[in-house]
Amino acid sequence: MIAALLAGASRLISGANVRWVDCQPTSRQRLYFANHTSHLDFVLIWSALPPAARVVTRPVAAREYWERGRMRKYFASRIFNAVLIDRKVSPHDNPVDRIIDAMGDRHSVILFPEGTRGSGAEIDSFKSGLYHICARKTGLELVPVYLENLNRILPKGEFLPVPLLSSVTFGPPMGLQPGESKAAFLERARAAVWNLRRA
Amino acid sequence: MIASFDREMVWLLSVVLGTLIVSSAIGLVLKQRVAGESARAVVENLNARVRSWWVMCGVFALAVLTGGIGSLVLFGVISFAALREFITLTPTRPGDHRTLFWSFFVITPLQYYLVGIAWYGLFSILIPVYAFLFVPIRTVLAGDTESFLERIAKIQWGLMVCVYCVSHVPALLTLKIPGYENQNAKLLFYFVLVVQLSDVLQYVWGKWLGRHKIAPNVSPNKTWEGFLGGVGSATLIGAALWWATPFNPWQAAGMSLVITLMGFAGGLTMSAIKRDRGVKDYGTLIEGHGGMLDRIDSICFAAPIFFHMTRYFFTD
Repeated sequence: MIAALLAGASRLISGANVRWVDCQPTSRQRLYFANHTSHLDFVLIWSALPPAARVVTRPVAAREYWERGRMRKYFASRIFNAVLIDRKVSPHDNPVDRIIDAMGDRHSVILFPEGTRGSGAEIDSFKSGLYHICARKTGLELVPVYLENLNRILPKGEFLPVPLLSSVTFGPPMGLQPGESKAAFLERARAAVWNLRRA
Repeated sequence: MIASFDREMVWLLSVVLGTLIVSSAIGLVLKQRVAGESARAVVENLNARVRSWWVMCGVFALAVLTGGIGSLVLFGVISFAALREFITLTPTRPGDHRTLFWSFFVITPLQYYLVGIAWYGLFSILIPVYAFLFVPIRTVLAGDTESFLERIAKIQWGLMVCVYCVSHVPALLTLKIPGYENQNAKLLFYFVLVVQLSDVLQYVWGKWLGRHKIAPNVSPNKTWEGFLGGVGSATLIGAALWWATPFNPWQAAGMSLVITLMGFAGGLTMSAIKRDRGVKDYGTLIEGHGGMLDRIDSICFAAPIFFHMTRYFFTD
């Protein structure tokens, strides 16, 4: 109920035009990865998914942000069922392990491989976590997602959104190819998101 | 402010309803008669337009018949949506964020509130005086001087066209015209009907007889034949509907001529802005979403002129 309302509200605020380009919505296990420019990003991807896919999709988010304050904690754990990870890798807590555990054989995840929010002008190079997840979960379907204009709706450091129109573009699913190097794969994934700009 | 549901209003509504029924019927016949790929596309486009006209007329009639508050809310929402499209198409920088927030959530509602309480002295200068000075002040405080003049001018223009101009449509309800008390809803209806009919008729005449392009660089679909036919026939219809207005037939013809010309100018100017922005990045974004500004561009330019001409010539 709250989830449906929230999904509707975020779609309204962001005026999102959702497009699926050579990609069908499904509730099968997937990993959605996108460019990151705003706090609204994962909420918007999540709300753009059909309800059946939404309930099995968990965003991967930074623990230090989402565990600050009761509201955020409530939303992260109850509504979004977020996978909270520490941005700094420590020896006893590997984020890749946590994500793979959280996925099980049913859940999809939303991941922002840049690791932090960018300006929106370009996409930063991807962190290696995406590669390690794919290397360990063979056959996982990766869906590139390009988010446009969210950096203008709620830029870094602002807390009041301006209701401009945005778009969410889901691209053709891809996967790690046999023998593909880490650097080549990460660059290919980054290009897949960037190329959706013009799709 | 309750709109009176008098005989003339019923007639006006009947004219609109009749036109819609006839257009739908023509569309249906054309769909069955017409052969060939391109002709079929034109008819399909025409039918899509007629269908959206049904919806728009329904919403509009409902708003007008609920009186002042309905029209105020409807045009307020239209302004908000239009401003949203306009700013989306305009490249702004992070330094504009707070200014934009004020534009959407303070200036726009305030303008409609002032129209609602009929405070003419303030709603007629809120945006061209106060907002025009406020926008650069708030933006300069953000400290980003890159393309400063361009950025503030774009926000000011967005507010002017999408909010200030559009708000003059419901402002028609605030005019006190002797002998026409409590009948202003008809004037509002009349204005929107003539301007929108002129758009439709320009399109129809252009499709039918259009040969000579009027401004090929700005809007390739606009032709002299469409312009003259559309403006001429809409002016005649406007004159023929004089009984719904405080004007006599000649005055109604003059008013209709002015607002259809302004409507044409508005459509052309907004096309130029779209063309200018169309080469930039946000061109694809509006696809499937756009539309509000396309629908109201002619109203934007005609509304303040119609309001002030009526106010100057027909009120005490």
